Amino acid sequence: MPGADKEMDLSERIESFLSELKRSGSGTGSLRGSAETARETTALLRKITAQARWGNAGELMEIIRKEGRRMTAAQPSETTVGNMVRRVLKIIREEYARSRGSSEETDQQESLHKLLTSGGSSEDNFRQHFPHLKANVIEAINELLTELEGTTDNISMQALEHIHSNEVIMTIGRSRTVEAFLKDAARKRKFHVIVAECAPFCQGHEMATSLCKEDIETTVIPDAAIFAVMSRVNKVIIGTQTVLANGGLRAVNGTHTLALAAKHHSTPLIVCAPMFKLSPQFPNEEDTFHKFVSPHEVLPFTEGEILSKVNAHCPVFDYVPPELITLFISNIGGNAPSYIYRLMSELYHPEDHEL
Amino acid sequence: MADSVGRQVDSINHATEEDEKKQEIIRAKGEGKELTKEEKQRLRKEKKQHKKNKKDDRGPPEKEKEKASVPAPSKPATQSPAHKAPVPVNASASESPVAAEKPAKSKAELRADRRARQDSERASKPGKKEVGQQSTSSKPKATPSELQPVVKRLPEHVQVDDPAALKKLAKKLERQQVPLRSDYGYKVSLFSHLHQYSRKNPPTQQISIPVTAIHPSIVRLGLQYSQGIIAGSNARSVALLHAFKQVIQDYSTPPNEELSRDLVNKLSPYISFLSQCRPLSASMGNAIKYIKKEISNIPNQCKEEEAKRRLQECIDSYINEKIILASQAISKYAIEKISDGDVILVYGCSSLVNHILCEAFEKQRKFRVIVVDSRPRLEGREALRRLVKKGIRCTYVLISALSYILPEVSKVFLGAHALLANGYVMSRVGTSQIALVAKAYNVPVLVCCETYKFCERVQTDSFVSNELDDPDDLIVTRNGKTHLENWQTVKSLGLLNLVYDVTPPDFVDLVITDLGMIPCTSVPVVLRVKNVDQ
Repeated sequence: MPGADKEMDLSERIESFLSELKRSGSGTGSLRGSAETARETTALLRKITAQARWGNAGELMEIIRKEGRRMTAAQPSETTVGNMVRRVLKIIREEYARSRGSSEETDQQESLHKLLTSGGSSEDNFRQHFPHLKANVIEAINELLTELEGTTDNISMQALEHIHSNEVIMTIGRSRTVEAFLKDAARKRKFHVIVAECAPFCQGHEMATSLCKEDIETTVIPDAAIFAVMSRVNKVIIGTQTVLANGGLRAVNGTHTLALAAKHHSTPLIVCAPMFKLSPQFPNEEDTFHKFVSPHEVLPFTEGEILSKVNAHCPVFDYVPPELITLFISNIGGNAPSYIYRLMSELYHPEDHEL
Repeated sequence: MADSVGRQVDSINHATEEDEKKQEIIRAKGEGKELTKEEKQRLRKEKKQHKKNKKDDRGPPEKEKEKASVPAPSKPATQSPAHKAPVPVNASASESPVAAEKPAKSKAELRADRRARQDSERASKPGKKEVGQQSTSSKPKATPSELQPVVKRLPEHVQVDDPAALKKLAKKLERQQVPLRSDYGYKVSLFSHLHQYSRKNPPTQQISIPVTAIHPSIVRLGLQYSQGIIAGSNARSVALLHAFKQVIQDYSTPPNEELSRDLVNKLSPYISFLSQCRPLSASMGNAIKYIKKEISNIPNQCKEEEAKRRLQECIDSYINEKIILASQAISKYAIEKISDGDVILVYGCSSLVNHILCEAFEKQRKFRVIVVDSRPRLEGREALRRLVKKGIRCTYVLISALSYILPEVSKVFLGAHALLANGYVMSRVGTSQIALVAKAYNVPVLVCCETYKFCERVQTDSFVSNELDDPDDLIVTRNGKTHLENWQTVKSLGLLNLVYDVTPPDFVDLVITDLGMIPCTSVPVVLRVKNVDQ
C-alpha cells in the first residue's frame, strides 16, 4: 500500500537522521556544521508534514513535537535541531491563525493582564480542520529553508561595516561563519588575524590555513598566549555553538578566557551567529549545559602509570555571560545582547520552549 | 721608576691647572656667565684625569695591566656622559661589573658633580654672588650613596632588528671564538626584535672539535639548555653554578696574571656561548653577578689552591642559601596558607610550588590539587607525576578548560621566573591568563618566588622583552592530518611560540618570599634592602 510505504520511508529517514546525530556528536572535529544540521532538520520536518497522517493542526503539532523530542534526545548538545522544531511549530501556529482569520499575533504580546485572562484557551482552537493548511505550512517551511541557505552570505555582507584596514583581529577555534566573514572583508581591506588554536582539538590550525589561502596575514598562537597578545588586538570576532536566552553564549572552551581578556583591555567582542542558533535555553541548567568528551585527548593513554590515579576533564563548551559581549551580528543585522530576548519572542512561541 | 716621577710631575701640573680652572669657574659663575658645552666637556675630562692621578698616587704599587685596564673603561665612561643616550654596548662589557666598578663609581660621582654644577648654573642665571658658595656647598652634598644613576644598557637579545647591534655581536663572538646562531623561520612582525631559534640546530654543532675556547662542561650545559633538557629557572641556575665550579676546578692561572682578573675574563666567552644557546634568565644573571663579584674580591696574595677552594665554598653557600634554604623558608610560610579541605590550582611545573605541596602533604594537610597545563610544552604532566607519586589527589585539565574548573578552586599557587621592579610577575606564558580568570571568580592568587630572582628591570607588556621558542613545536598531528605541516611555504602564515608573559600586580594577591609575605608592589623595597646589604 502506498501509504504504508511512505510511512516506512519516512520512519527510515527519521531513524537514519537520529543515528547520524548520535554519531556526529563525539566532538572529534569533523562536525557537521550547524547550518547543515539545521537544513537537514527542516527538510525532514517538511517531509513529515507532507507524508505523515494528520487531520488538524493540533495533531500535526503533536507529531512534530514527538519527533522533535526524539531528535533532541539523540544529541542534546546540538541545539539547532530543537530550534528548527520550534520554528516549525511557530509556523504551524501562524498558518493556523491566518487560516482562521483571527490575528493571533496580538496574543504574542507579553502582557501580564493577557496572560492572566487568556490562560489556556488557545489549546482547544487547534482542532479545526483546514484543507489548505498543509500546502501553506509546506510553503512556509520552504521559505524557512531559503532563509537558512542565505544566512552565511547575509552575515558576510556586513563584514565591511565592522572591519577597517590595518586592524588586528583575534579569533578562536574554527567557525565557518567567521571564516566567511573575514574572507569577505579581506577582498577589500588588508588586516591581520591572530588565531588561538583551541586545544585539545586544535581547530585553529585549520582556520589559519584556510584564511591564508585568501592571503590574509595570519598568526597561530597557543591558548596560553591569549592574554599576552591581547593588548595588541583591536577586535575579537568569534563564532558560537548556541546563543542562550539571556544573551549569553555556549561556545567552544577557552572562549570565556578570551572574553575576560578582551574585557580587561576594553576590546570589543563581536559574535557572528545566525538566527537559527538562538535557543530558549538558560545557562543554569547544570546537567545539560556541559558536554564532555574522552579525556584521552587531554591525558593520553601513553601516560598510563598516572592515568588511573588522576581525574582528567575535557569539557567541550564554555559559558560566556552577556556582560562580556559587545555585539551580535546575525543574518538580520547587528544587535546588542540585551535585545536577544525580544528576537526570541519573534521566533518561538512561549509554549514551545519546553518540547 | 721614571714613570712614577713623570706622573708626579704631571699631577703637580694638573694640580696647578686644576686650580686655575677652579678659579675660572668661580669667576665665570660670579659674573653670571654660562660655560659653553666644549668648556664643560674639557673641564670634565680634566677633572677625571686629575682624580685618576690622585688615586694612582694614593694606591699601592700596581702592575701595568691595572693601569691599562683602568684607562680603557674610563674612555667609554668619558664618552657616555657626553652621549646622553644609552649606548648599546655588548653584553660582556656590561656584564663585567668588576672591571667597570672602580670607574663606575667615579662616573657616578662625575655625573653627580655635573648635576650639581647644572643646578648651580641654573640658579646663577639671575646672577648673584651667593651662588658661588651654593655651588661649592652643593658639590660635596650630592655624592650619591643611595641614588645610583644606573645607565641601562640595552641587552643584545632584544635588538635583533638593529643591524648595527648584530654586527657588533658578531664581531664580539668571533673574538671570543663562540659560534653565532642564526634565526629560524618567519618571525611575527610584532616580535622582529627578538631571536627565534630552531631546536634542530643547536650551536654546539657549529663548534670545531677539539674545543679550545670553551670548557667542555659549558658546552654540555649549553646543549642541555638549547634542547630543553634542563628547564626551569632554579634548575638552570643550579646547573650553571655547578658547571662554573667545574670550570674553576680546572682553571690554572697563567704566569704574570692575577686570578681575580683573569678568571673573570675567562668566564666572558662562556657566558656569551650560553646566551647563544638560550637567553639567560634573571636568576642566572644574578648568580653570574655574584660569582664575578666574589672572584674579583679574592685578595692578590691568596694562593691559587686557597682561592679555588674559597670560590667553591662561595658557590656552594650561594646555592644553599638562596635556593635550598629559601625554598624551605617559603614552604614554611606557604603551609600556613593551606587549610584542610582546600582545592589548590597550580600551573605548569614550578619546582618551588611542587616542593610546597609535597611538604604540606607530609604535614598532614588535607587538600587536593588541580594541575593546569598548556600546549606546546605540556610541563604540567611532569608536575602531575611528581605529585601523584607523593600520593596527592590530582585533577588534570588544559588551560582552555579553566573557566569550567575554576568554580571549584579555593586558592591558586603560581611560580615565577622573575619579579620585576614595578611589581609585575614574569612567568611562563599562560600565568597571566590564570591570574585574570581567578580574579574574575574572586579566587586568591599567591605567587611564590625566591628573592634571588628579583631583578631591576621594568616591563609593562609581554612584547618588549621575551623569548621566542621553536615555532615547529606548535605543529600537531591529529587523526592522521597535520594542518600546519608546511607552514614555511605558506606566505602569510606565522606561528608564535612565546615562552614568558608578565602578570600585572593587581591580579596577584600575595607574594611569598624567603623574606616573608609581601605584596607585589614591595619588590623594589626588597631590592633596595638587598643592595644596601651588599
